[in-house]
Amino acid sequence: MKVIGKDIQRVDGHSLVRGKPVFTDDMRLKDVLHVKIMHSPVAHAQILNIDISRAEILDGVVAIFTHKDFKPHYYTTAGQGYPEPSPRDMLILDSTVRYVGDRVAFVAAETLEIAERALELIKVEYKELPCIFDAEKAMTAGFALHPSEGTIGIHDVSRNIAAHLDAELGDVDAALKTSAHVFEGIYSTPFVQMAHIEPHISLTWLDNNNRLVIRTSTQVPHHVRRIVAEVLDIPIARIRVIKPRIGGAFGGKQEILNEEVVSAITLKTGRPARIEYTREEELNAARVRHPELVTFRLGFNEKQLLTAIDMNILENCGAYGPHALTVMSVTSLKALSMYKAPNVRVNGDGVYTNLPIAGAYRGYGAPQACFPLESIMDEAAEKLGVDPIDLRLKNVFQVEDDVPIAKILGEGREGFPMVLYSTEIKTCLDEGRQLSNWDTLRSKHQTGRFRRGIGVAAAVQGSGIPGIDMGAAFIKMNEDASFNLQIGATDLGTGSDTALAQIAAEALNVSVDKIIVYSSDTDITPFDKGAYASSTTYISGTAVKKAAEQCKAMILEQGKKLLQVEEAEIINTDVIASDGQSISYADICMKTFYTDEQMQIMGTGSHVSFDSPPPLNATFAEVEVDTLTGIVRVIKVVSVTDAGQIINPKMAEGQVEGAIPQSLGMALTEFMPFDDQGRMLNLDFNSYHIYTAGDMPKLVVRFVESNEPTGPYGAKAVAEIPINAPAPAITNAVYNAVGVRVRHLPIQPEQVLKELDIE
Amino acid sequence: MTIQFELNGQLVSADTMPGTTLLEYLRSEELYSVKHGCDHGECGACAVLINSKAVNACLILMHTIEGKKIETLESLSNHEHLHPIQETFLRAGAVQCGFCTPGMLLSVEALDREEGEITEESVKDALNGNLCRCTGYVKPVDAALKVLQKNKDEEVQS
Ligand code: FES
Ligand code: FES
Repeated sequence: MKVIGKDIQRVDGHSLVRGKPVFTDDMRLKDVLHVKIMHSPVAHAQILNIDISRAEILDGVVAIFTHKDFKPHYYTTAGQGYPEPSPRDMLILDSTVRYVGDRVAFVAAETLEIAERALELIKVEYKELPCIFDAEKAMTAGFALHPSEGTIGIHDVSRNIAAHLDAELGDVDAALKTSAHVFEGIYSTPFVQMAHIEPHISLTWLDNNNRLVIRTSTQVPHHVRRIVAEVLDIPIARIRVIKPRIGGAFGGKQEILNEEVVSAITLKTGRPARIEYTREEELNAARVRHPELVTFRLGFNEKQLLTAIDMNILENCGAYGPHALTVMSVTSLKALSMYKAPNVRVNGDGVYTNLPIAGAYRGYGAPQACFPLESIMDEAAEKLGVDPIDLRLKNVFQVEDDVPIAKILGEGREGFPMVLYSTEIKTCLDEGRQLSNWDTLRSKHQTGRFRRGIGVAAAVQGSGIPGIDMGAAFIKMNEDASFNLQIGATDLGTGSDTALAQIAAEALNVSVDKIIVYSSDTDITPFDKGAYASSTTYISGTAVKKAAEQCKAMILEQGKKLLQVEEAEIINTDVIASDGQSISYADICMKTFYTDEQMQIMGTGSHVSFDSPPPLNATFAEVEVDTLTGIVRVIKVVSVTDAGQIINPKMAEGQVEGAIPQSLGMALTEFMPFDDQGRMLNLDFNSYHIYTAGDMPKLVVRFVESNEPTGPYGAKAVAEIPINAPAPAITNAVYNAVGVRVRHLPIQPEQVLKELDIE
Repeated sequence: MTIQFELNGQLVSADTMPGTTLLEYLRSEELYSVKHGCDHGECGACAVLINSKAVNACLILMHTIEGKKIETLESLSNHEHLHPIQETFLRAGAVQCGFCTPGMLLSVEALDREEGEITEESVKDALNGNLCRCTGYVKPVDAALKVLQKNKDEEVQS
């Protein structure tokens, strides 16, 4: 292959290193209105009265919206397939607020300062209601957080269960009864923030045809168009959504966060409008990862093979339920598609609390599966007296294995059968063992104040959502044999525009500089579900390949007609007939534009897959624990991934290098404490600490050779898989270093110290 | 209030309201490489050079820059050529979403203008105020080390 597997420079790289105005906010709109949202100061209350009279008369205030201005229409902010599997439990503005940060009203004014002043002048009378801050108490609280008629799809309103799932294969109880060994443990992962550096930002205006243009920092332009149309009751045809360059998203922008708010302002006033979240709003009133409390019971036979996995999930959705069901189903599916067990069962509830809203975050439920599963596997290995790598090697799914639970656990509907055509997890574990120096480090006996340890964890993800995710592409040819590639796919900084250009270039036999990419504009590019579920390379990439192949077939056809031959083939960028005559791509296009056989050479492709081949990863972490303070320092992380054929090695490496510190953050530095009123305490980057350059351990990143027959040129996904395993690899390493088992993240030094039992 | 200073090589005077930050001013002048990430001096997305030091523009009030020399990323390269730091970042794959990139590039440029040895530590120190959620800093640090060490070597030779 000429282009696939090469370190092609990003197609948007030049503009980015020059700091060109390519992001949402890098433009000035004449007469723009500045929009601010009033957020609830209390965690649960009914709004008895909102008095906007003083705000309204403030000079420069142009519009104020409260719940009285909207007919109740329930929707979900989750940007996912339609009909959405998430409950429709949210109104654009509601007369009840359900967490500190919930929307109360919004204001549009001539300047930001005036909008902020106006918020201060709005007087709200709240009747405070009892709160739920503890997910374990949600089901038995005795009152409902979403009692209103009109919501759709809440699993059990009175018990505050947003979503529920259960599934069983085989007979887990019977298997556990007869297993030689049974291990049980309870584990939890916390709320964490996506913390993209560009905040949520949306601009809206009416174009010359009175259509609404939404320029927004989103992962899901087509879902934005559909949901805004629905919520504001205007035709889809009247909306154009444009996604420019995006300053990171990680799931946080798989959400209709404020687009409907600015759209409402523009529709009402006819003026452009702009809303940008402050960092404080980002941390408090955007979306976070669902905390999950997971109980595992594993049964093993005498040969150390799994007989049964029993899994129980309690998911904390926060105040509303976007992604409630699907995050939990990913947790269960990823936990149950790593290791083979003849009997498996899962039971999960996603519950409402009066805390910030959880949503989609890179990994989407898989990190919540990986931490407990890889912890209990480590505990099991110790008790069984085997090396943790060997226990994993014995039990992992292998090529041609069927993963039967996948058929039951779909995205809110029934799933599809899953057979593995490629899995190199064994190679990942073996290579990582070498690269991390496992055998030497593992056996070292530690003494003294600073003690080192090494731990391992394995992980699995998917490539798109089978049977649901669809992506499409157009390609048209130009007379210098360049091609315009138009894709609905959404590059968030991941480099997907570049990877998709590589796929098109490979299929068309041209270099990447001949591919002009334009993406994510609902007026111009075809539909794509958006950038989530690790789907872009695999799903949209296959759509691009199909479009390019169709375009290439048309080039050949036109070439044959122009040469007046029956038989010909394409070699490089020429059509060559069996008699030796030839015509170049450029000549073919020039002629078909202007003189002979006139037409536009082009191709289209759409793709939906019923497979979702799992990328796999083994991560090894070396840590040092200070036995005086309990502080854990990560020294080195080795991450070995099977993502199928790698399209662009440097960009793929970048995905892994960026994912690891997000997981290290969840394990060590990022957490969200609340006071007893449900107010989040760390509302800035000083106290919500994400990894900095100086915090970084040494990273060793590798990909193993692999080829996925259902993927474009053998590719699987790479964006999410590397975020899963670092956290459990670290806690397993801590155990190896000092014998302290951390079952609840983040690792807290006090906790480590308390459990440290050393002389 | 009118203040005078040098902006990207030009002497300018600006009428500003008290309390206006340099970040607000620069973006209002359509110098959009200066990004807005937090407004509290915590992310480094708004970094600019003031008298050759990397500083977060969101923390700087306009009246304090009287007579100073301000540079934004726009001044680092011209229409034809990238600055070597930009070129190296691009080639190294050190740019993902690119939102932190202007700030990072200027932090690296500021380090280049300082005396002193270039080590992994000094580079990490220089980049420590630039939060990046995409790259894990691996490629940015490598790129910076590579280009700065090359620059220092050339200085030594010349
Ligand atoms: S915007 Fe200035 S440091 Fe973040
Ligand atoms: S490249 Fe996205 S924040 Fe640094």
